Amino acid sequence: MKLRNLGALSAAVLIVASACTQSGAPATGGAPATGGQPSAGGGEKGTITVWSSLPRQGSSKGQTDTIVNAIKLALEERNNQAGGYTIEYVDGDDSTAEAGQWTEAKEIENATNASSDPDVVGYLGTFNSGAAAVSIPINCRAGLVMISPANTYPGLTKPGKGEEGEPDNFYPDGCKHNYFRVIPADDLQGLAGAKWAKQLGFKKVYVIDDSQLYGKGIADVFRAEAPGQELEVVGNDSILGTETDYISLAQKVQQAAPDLVYFGGITQQNAGQLWRDIKDAMPDVAMMGPDGIAEQAFLDAAAEAAEGTYTTFGGLPAEELEGEGAEFVSTFKERFGDLEPYTAYGYEAANVLLDAIERASARNPTDNAQLRAFVLEEVANTKDYQGALGTWSFDQNGDTTLTQMSGSQVVDGEFVFQDIIE
Amino acid sequence: MDLEQFAVILSIGLFNGLIVALVAIGYTLVYGIIELINFAHGDVFMLGTLLTYFGLVAILPGFGVEASLISALALIPFIMVITAVINASIERVAYRPLRNAPRLAPLISAIGMSFILQNVGIILLGPSPKAVPSVLPNDPLIVMPGGRTLISLNEVVVGAVTIPLLLALAYFVTSTRQGKAMRATAQDREAAGLMGINVNRTISQTFLIGGALAGAAGFVVALFLGQAWWFFGFPFGLLAFTSAVLGGIGNITGAALGGIVLGLVKSISDFYIEARWTNVIVFSILIIVLVFRPTGLLGAKQAEGA
Repeated sequence: MKLRNLGALSAAVLIVASACTQSGAPATGGAPATGGQPSAGGGEKGTITVWSSLPRQGSSKGQTDTIVNAIKLALEERNNQAGGYTIEYVDGDDSTAEAGQWTEAKEIENATNASSDPDVVGYLGTFNSGAAAVSIPINCRAGLVMISPANTYPGLTKPGKGEEGEPDNFYPDGCKHNYFRVIPADDLQGLAGAKWAKQLGFKKVYVIDDSQLYGKGIADVFRAEAPGQELEVVGNDSILGTETDYISLAQKVQQAAPDLVYFGGITQQNAGQLWRDIKDAMPDVAMMGPDGIAEQAFLDAAAEAAEGTYTTFGGLPAEELEGEGAEFVSTFKERFGDLEPYTAYGYEAANVLLDAIERASARNPTDNAQLRAFVLEEVANTKDYQGALGTWSFDQNGDTTLTQMSGSQVVDGEFVFQDIIE
Repeated sequence: MDLEQFAVILSIGLFNGLIVALVAIGYTLVYGIIELINFAHGDVFMLGTLLTYFGLVAILPGFGVEASLISALALIPFIMVITAVINASIERVAYRPLRNAPRLAPLISAIGMSFILQNVGIILLGPSPKAVPSVLPNDPLIVMPGGRTLISLNEVVVGAVTIPLLLALAYFVTSTRQGKAMRATAQDREAAGLMGINVNRTISQTFLIGGALAGAAGFVVALFLGQAWWFFGFPFGLLAFTSAVLGGIGNITGAALGGIVLGLVKSISDFYIEARWTNVIVFSILIIVLVFRPTGLLGAKQAEGA
């Protein structure tokens, strides 16, 4: 009896609470949207909310601070207005201090909170591909659009490029595809690596991967694309990060006499050791890898063996952006200081969403639920978008049509931008 | 088959095997005396690589000494003393109170100690491998007619550190009073105690020796492979433990032999097959040996038969 009372009480509390969040949010000026009848025309249509879900603590904080600032800048430039709506921004955190990175529980919490609030029309994120895999289905069921500035795992969008069943399992029960990203996915890096190797004049390449989804995926693409780029694959090996050394493997590589060694993998799979052992055996061989090694940790691990290493990165560095992008970079630098690799992508994601809100608003939605559906459609319709990253569209998978990659080289212990790989 | 290439692969395997042997002996000494697999041993070895790293990048420069091969060699005694004391402290804190508990209890506390040491490594070194300053030149020493290097200077240093240590250990166990006490304790702890041997002290001493060897192995690996990493305890520990079992756990000569055999197998498999299959091959060989010789190559538990 007592229990049942408690249940009824908590149900009542929940109803009141959710009623509060519904009516309480649009407090900023103008006539609030009441009873699903937004006052059409005349500027103010009420307040709607845009969420971002990023790891705001831990090792990614430096990156996400700049992404959040870029989103705020995009909003500021429009006076927090889009299509007659006032935009409220929620800076969601999907990390915990203890974990120091994103956690599944926090990401589920963010997606649930955002998608159950009818005033939320867009979800910017995530930063980590693993977090996107968690929140896409939740937001998809609620018809809430997601735009990621940083996810590069191919399986989130591309059939046959991830694990079996991907990406369909992220969009369950036939819900409408709700996930988009403004950054090129990883599968393009293998191709970019092969193209760049040809440009640099290499002829014979030895391909090594770290036996993991990310690394092997890239290495397999590289190997498949190599013949088309007039590269001869003289050997290939899979290694494990748990090995003590690669001295014998280095002998094997030496015997195959390549002029380039390509490694598909990440620093944490013992890339530093691999580099040292190969450079010991072949001081003159060139080495190349994807963005999984384009980080300080790799330089710490490989030290002098890293010198001269070529790396590819999915997208362009801030200094290479032109037009609107260059304008953004200089404004951002003035206001907030240095940019991180994903900063401009955060700005682009926010602007794509705000433009879609404007187009959706022009279609005169009857209530915020319909507005959310229209925004999703309009994001999907983004074609020939002229933004900070250049002119591009979303393809049918939700991927950007931009395929430009940048190539960097380690010079005096630092990654130095070298070339744009088309 | 290219015989010169094969010789190079054998030489690589031999020197890797010597390092593994140093770690393996630590496992086998402890097992021989208290029948415990000291899972933390690989991590004590890892601390050896960590101490070498900090010695070369922080402590030597702190004293105004340039990091070189000679100054690095001067670090060895300090590293060996520190890892020896750590290993003996682990025994005192985590194993001795459980000596009469069911055998699974100290095993679990050993795994716990291993995690603690790994996290100490993460806190001190950070999550990624760190490059150790290269003070070990790898100039070719013996070059074959075909132009390939058979033995290089850094390999000679590996041999120069490990082989004397192995010989010193053999002398200690077979020919000294304390070594005799160790062998007696290994054979029958109670009887040894009744004969007036201080069993606790003898066990502590075994851990001291095992820890010192692990520290030396850590030093050699940090210089030879050029890296220090909190994770190193796992791959080396696994290889060394496997060597100890392969040679006959508890048998010192067996552990050394097992280490060298596994070093050779690993090197040959990495080169002629594929690196990712190496662990499969190593453990297949272990299983085959154990099926036909359940006590390992040289027979188990003969700490007295050094």
